[in-house]
Amino acid sequence: MTFSVQAAVAGRGFDVSLALGPAETVAVMGANGAGKSTLLNVIAGLLQPDSGTAELDGRTLFDLTEGRGEWTAPHRRGTALLAQEPLLFPHLSVLENVAFGPRSAGVSKQAARESALKWLGEVEATELQSRRPAELSGGQAQRVAVARALAADPGLLLLDEPMAALDIHAAPLLRRLLKRVLAGRRAIIITHDVLDALMLADRVVIFENGRISEEGPTRDVLQRPRSRFAAGLAGLNFVAGHITEHGLQAGALNLFGHHDAAAPLPTGQPGVAVFPPSAVSVFLTEAHGSPRNSFAVTITDLEPHGDGIRVRAGVGGQLSADITPAASVDLGLAPGMQVYFVIKAGAVAIYPS
Amino acid sequence: MRQTRNGGYGGVPRWIYVLAAAGGLFVVLPLAAMVAKVNWTQFIPLVTSEASLQALGLSLRTSAASTVLCIVLGVPLALVLARGSFPGQRFLRSLVLLPLVLPPVVGGIALLYTFGRQGLLGRTLEVAGLQIAFSTTAVVLAQTFVALPFLVVSLEGALRTAGNRYEAVAATLGAGPTTVLRRVTLPLVLPGLASGAVLSFARSLGEFGATLTFAGSLQGVTRTLPLEIYLQRETDADAAVALSLVLVAVAVAVVALAYRSPRAAERAPSGNGERTTPARAPGGAAR
Repeated sequence: MTFSVQAAVAGRGFDVSLALGPAETVAVMGANGAGKSTLLNVIAGLLQPDSGTAELDGRTLFDLTEGRGEWTAPHRRGTALLAQEPLLFPHLSVLENVAFGPRSAGVSKQAARESALKWLGEVEATELQSRRPAELSGGQAQRVAVARALAADPGLLLLDEPMAALDIHAAPLLRRLLKRVLAGRRAIIITHDVLDALMLADRVVIFENGRISEEGPTRDVLQRPRSRFAAGLAGLNFVAGHITEHGLQAGALNLFGHHDAAAPLPTGQPGVAVFPPSAVSVFLTEAHGSPRNSFAVTITDLEPHGDGIRVRAGVGGQLSADITPAASVDLGLAPGMQVYFVIKAGAVAIYPS
Repeated sequence: MRQTRNGGYGGVPRWIYVLAAAGGLFVVLPLAAMVAKVNWTQFIPLVTSEASLQALGLSLRTSAASTVLCIVLGVPLALVLARGSFPGQRFLRSLVLLPLVLPPVVGGIALLYTFGRQGLLGRTLEVAGLQIAFSTTAVVLAQTFVALPFLVVSLEGALRTAGNRYEAVAATLGAGPTTVLRRVTLPLVLPGLASGAVLSFARSLGEFGATLTFAGSLQGVTRTLPLEIYLQRETDADAAVALSLVLVAVAVAVVALAYRSPRAAERAPSGNGERTTPARAPGGAAR
């Protein structure tokens, strides 16, 4: 009882392979245009990939490997799609909207109504049942859309940024609701919010340029990111390079750090160095003394961050340092200035990528 | 029709209003001139004469029949043109729209060479015991031929405006294509379908050239109201004017029906940029 998909869309540089357990929720994250929505459309049957196979609970969703051309129509897949916008049918009442899935499955009017009422109760929207979608707020409409998708009893629920179009008051409510209804259910949720991944998903998959660059349990990915995107989500500095005896070599930059493993890592293999911006100090002159890293950078931006200042600088990619406003004033920092970033070797975690 | 009139910036130069007034007069003035010519004392007897009532009845019946035919043939055409993707789609669209720009008399001749006694299908149909040319059926076919594009254009526009996102969601909820069409697509474009049907009805009601060529002018069988008016004009101008006024009244009613603010506009979901106002076909002048 599993779900698996492998699909490639040449025109979009999309090539992804993913599998889900029976009650697993996976969060898909990545920059815009990374192919997240393409994945959902391929699974739902709204977009035909150039090649690949997909299977849900023993049924073939599509099989486009060489010589075969199996393609299951979207309505026979059991993969309900919940988009950013609720897309409730405007000509049907809330109750009729939720009953749409069961009715389409051939359930009797009475049974579909009962099922719809049950799911409306589940999303705490029973009192909205006789309203028209135009009479709902954004948060209410999205709750009803969740009920509608669940009432269709999907084998796999596809959620495409369900919180993105909601205001800041409605989003937490829906997040709590999703946490409740997604428990024990198989779902893929696209999100930009690391909180969604932590709260709703068992596992996170990071998309970069149409491919999966990293995946794993949400907590692990955030603690030990192997991709720049995941490091950004976790708020960590990220440097990719090759492992050396005492650290990591990334171009001209040689970082000392602690090898995050029981045994010393083999040198020369690709690895990453990760350290929090709070571990970075900013000096006007080069600081010496081992074990420390000190290297010259050019400040690109200064921005408020919490109650401090985040200093962004470019050196083999963006690095950040968090300092106090007082320190920023004392040093007279401004974009374009050359300064030294200093990091204790003990704060830099190095592991294979 | 539904612009905001709360003193926002209009941006229309004043001289445009002068030309617009001229344009409005150009339409209204001839109608007024005709109304001025109506012989009101004789009006009721003129429009209730047997020939007039027969012509009016025939016009309403055939127009209703051709509207039904337009819906039966036009809805699938519009769906295929709006949603389908196949080679020759643009070509098909141009062909379907052809009757819109074709002189109706040419349409009549084309129909005659299709369904007429010596026509492409006529001989086969005659063997089957069906004779279409110069019958009431011919009137309906002629009207359908010229009115079909109005329904197709109107509905295709509505379908494109509605987009297919609701249909995609319906499919992922387990609804098969026929269920999606019946429960989602058609209800969503109902205003567009209704206005298309009304325009088709109006065009059918005014049909003259194709009908005369293909169906002839036989009282009670093929002589619709426009044909009756044309005929009366030669002998009894008062009757022609009176009947014309009846046709104008029907046309005004039809246009009012088609262009009334559609209910769907009010229930359009706010915030997601949908427009449910049906796309309008170019208004067809009754010929």
